[in-house]
Amino acid sequence: MKSSALFQTLSAAGAGLLFGQGLIISRMIDPKKVMDFLDIAGDWDPSLAFVMIGAIAVTSIGYRFLFKANRPLFADLFRLPLSKQIDSKLIGGAILFGIGWGLAGLCPGPALVDLSLGLPSVMLFVVAMVICINGYRFIQSLSAKSEP
Amino acid sequence: MRRYNPQRESNSMNQLTPYLSALLGGVYIGLAALWLMWANGRIAGISGILGGLLRFDKDEFFWRAAFLLGLIISPWIYSRVSGEQIFVYDATPIGTAVIAGLLVGVGTQIGNGCTSGHGVCGISRFSIRSIIATITFMLAGVITVYVMRHLVGGGT
Repeated sequence: MKSSALFQTLSAAGAGLLFGQGLIISRMIDPKKVMDFLDIAGDWDPSLAFVMIGAIAVTSIGYRFLFKANRPLFADLFRLPLSKQIDSKLIGGAILFGIGWGLAGLCPGPALVDLSLGLPSVMLFVVAMVICINGYRFIQSLSAKSEP
Repeated sequence: MRRYNPQRESNSMNQLTPYLSALLGGVYIGLAALWLMWANGRIAGISGILGGLLRFDKDEFFWRAAFLLGLIISPWIYSRVSGEQIFVYDATPIGTAVIAGLLVGVGTQIGNGCTSGHGVCGISRFSIRSIIATITFMLAGVITVYVMRHLVGGGT
């Protein structure tokens, strides 16, 4: 393994760990609390909005400074999504994701953090999610190959 | 509904008001996103990191696996440091959880992101695409919870 790859792996582990602590401290990992946050017509718990406020405040300010550098510490370039297209895929995907999020109160990060808590519903959610992510990517790669 | 260590509910971290602990957790998440960009030049989008994992590309596999492993062992580290056990409410029936997982999996791939990728990193780059995606999935989530809790009454 090249040293940059080693540093990338270590720094990613640290980022994952820090991200996980944030999800735990903020209680984003609690499916019921997420549903209470989304339940604006019921006994609404708005506190999780502050997770996003805190995260976006830090990230948006930090990104501005970061992108002044030519390149990241351990990689050749900052990889940013280039697509600017607002299409039915974006909206449709977001709707499907939102329905799933509302049904179980879980999105990908908290679901992974909750894995070790030993709840059957979380484990099955993660299995279904991983199968779907990879199934979708597999089908995409097939159709990309069959194009001329 | 199962409940984990309810007597621990009022311990240290949770003595902060829910608003403050949410804000503090958000700051941690922001710092993690910044660090991943600064060090590796990558967006901290969980569904994207997960999606690229199983291509087994040697330049991509290890950092992705390491990030996800960091997430997965987070409760263990948290409990070690704070001495607190983590509890969550598990109220989702198995069938609902599977359907939700399928929808989250396919939705994040079609829509290119989830709460972290669009909601945190994308909005922080002032990406219109991410702002629209975030508004859309929040609305879909709100409507889903409304239907399940107030119309169907099956959820919790």
